[in-house]
Amino acid sequence: MQKYSIFNLVKNAFSNHQNWDLAWKDPTPKEEYDVVIIGGGGHGLATAYYLAKEHNITKVAIIEKGWIGGGNVGRNTTIIRSNYMHDENGLFSEFGMDLWRKMSQDLNYNVMFSPRGIINLAHSDAQMNAYARRGNSMRLNGIDAVLLNREQVKEIIPMADFSENVRFPIFGGLMQPSAGTARHDAVAWGYARQADSMGVDIIQNCEVIGFDVSAGKIKGIRTSRGNIKAKKVGLCVAGSTNILAEKLNMTLPIETHLLQACVSEPVKPVLDKVVTFGAGHFYVSQSDKGEMVMGGDLDGYNSYAQRGNLPTLQHVLTEGIAMMPFLSKLKMLRTWGGIMDMSMDGSPIIDKTHIEGLYLNCGWCYGGFKATPASGWTFAHTIAQDRVHELNAGYSLNRFSTGHLIDEKGLGTKTWIS
Amino acid sequence: MLYINCPHCGMRSQNEFSYGGDASVKRPELNKEVSDQEWDNFVYNRKSLRGKHLELWQHISGCRQWIKVERDTTTHEIFRTFKADEEVA
Repeated sequence: MQKYSIFNLVKNAFSNHQNWDLAWKDPTPKEEYDVVIIGGGGHGLATAYYLAKEHNITKVAIIEKGWIGGGNVGRNTTIIRSNYMHDENGLFSEFGMDLWRKMSQDLNYNVMFSPRGIINLAHSDAQMNAYARRGNSMRLNGIDAVLLNREQVKEIIPMADFSENVRFPIFGGLMQPSAGTARHDAVAWGYARQADSMGVDIIQNCEVIGFDVSAGKIKGIRTSRGNIKAKKVGLCVAGSTNILAEKLNMTLPIETHLLQACVSEPVKPVLDKVVTFGAGHFYVSQSDKGEMVMGGDLDGYNSYAQRGNLPTLQHVLTEGIAMMPFLSKLKMLRTWGGIMDMSMDGSPIIDKTHIEGLYLNCGWCYGGFKATPASGWTFAHTIAQDRVHELNAGYSLNRFSTGHLIDEKGLGTKTWIS
Repeated sequence: MLYINCPHCGMRSQNEFSYGGDASVKRPELNKEVSDQEWDNFVYNRKSLRGKHLELWQHISGCRQWIKVERDTTTHEIFRTFKADEEVA
């Protein structure tokens, strides 16, 4: 594989950059693989990369219905954080933060990781108490957390509404300074390029139409481009999880819902943090191009549409304007939607299944992008070793039956309620 | 914007409604032995169908009645609506 470096950049400049190697190939599916990963999104690509890198398993195929990176890894708001209270979520995400910090070097691909910090705003005394508790829990797990009072928040984000007569005055906030953003497409492309170079077949435009299971063991998959035998199969398909589960006669604690995001026209640098509104569900950051990247609530009903509806967008942006009134002056550049695999406790599932050789990675709700490296790393471990790692032991499928839920937000089973 | 035909009030915008999830889920019967699996299926497990989906909505800013809506989860087209106690053929 051609290394991306200043030397190669200069060298290729002499030939007008016409002679760069393709970043990944377009192979035809082989008859058999050791591991087939279904879903060429961030998590699937990361899983294949760590299977090859950490476990030396390279007879791997990624099967993608569309094109790689065309689903949620290309549709998110690029936020990376580990500001969770529960141990399972905190330790898992903080392990991921380490992988994020090393990712550009590791992948030889600039993922533009920008640890600019995230601030969750608090709008009442009770919320400040809750944030103090969450911050303490984070620090006990080795995650950085700083509780800010109103004045400290005002110093960092003076453009927020600090006037006296607002419906949701800012009391303070909880900051994780090491959180931030990354270039989402680069994450998919970086993992794809490295996985490809280690021998992984990335097969695009190939839809899975069925599974071959016999005697409780996975034998292979049936696709629009023929049957493929596989010793092990990993499902990494986010919002399409239920569609594939149905083909396996499995009913999962997952509902598929629609989440929208949007960006404004680009403006000069104004916001150097990720900020979330605490009296609703709205978050904003500014991209390197200057666009304000915004998102919030789900549309609120089951959907596979990958496109949103205006009432929710209006609701979300109303919260944004309440938090930062200057946003009302901006023109909207683009809006889009993605489909979320909403689990019944708001936390993901990375586990084996009752079918031998079939592994499940789903339930990422709003938080799939930041989990990309940790999810890939632990899922690769789970597939390669046929047992869960301690980092994803809590993300079991049977926790719903046994009552070991990880309900970070305390929303119960209706995680789509806003 | 979705327009939902409330069987009690007529066609109204989605802003008047709140969503209640899959209407095909049945609570296990009382006075009967209920297995853990049955409780799981009632509380957690969902088919989350792609295509026609029968679901509960509440006309929260209108008559406040719960209703059943048959809607396509890919196109968002609404085919039929029913009163909560109406049998869906």
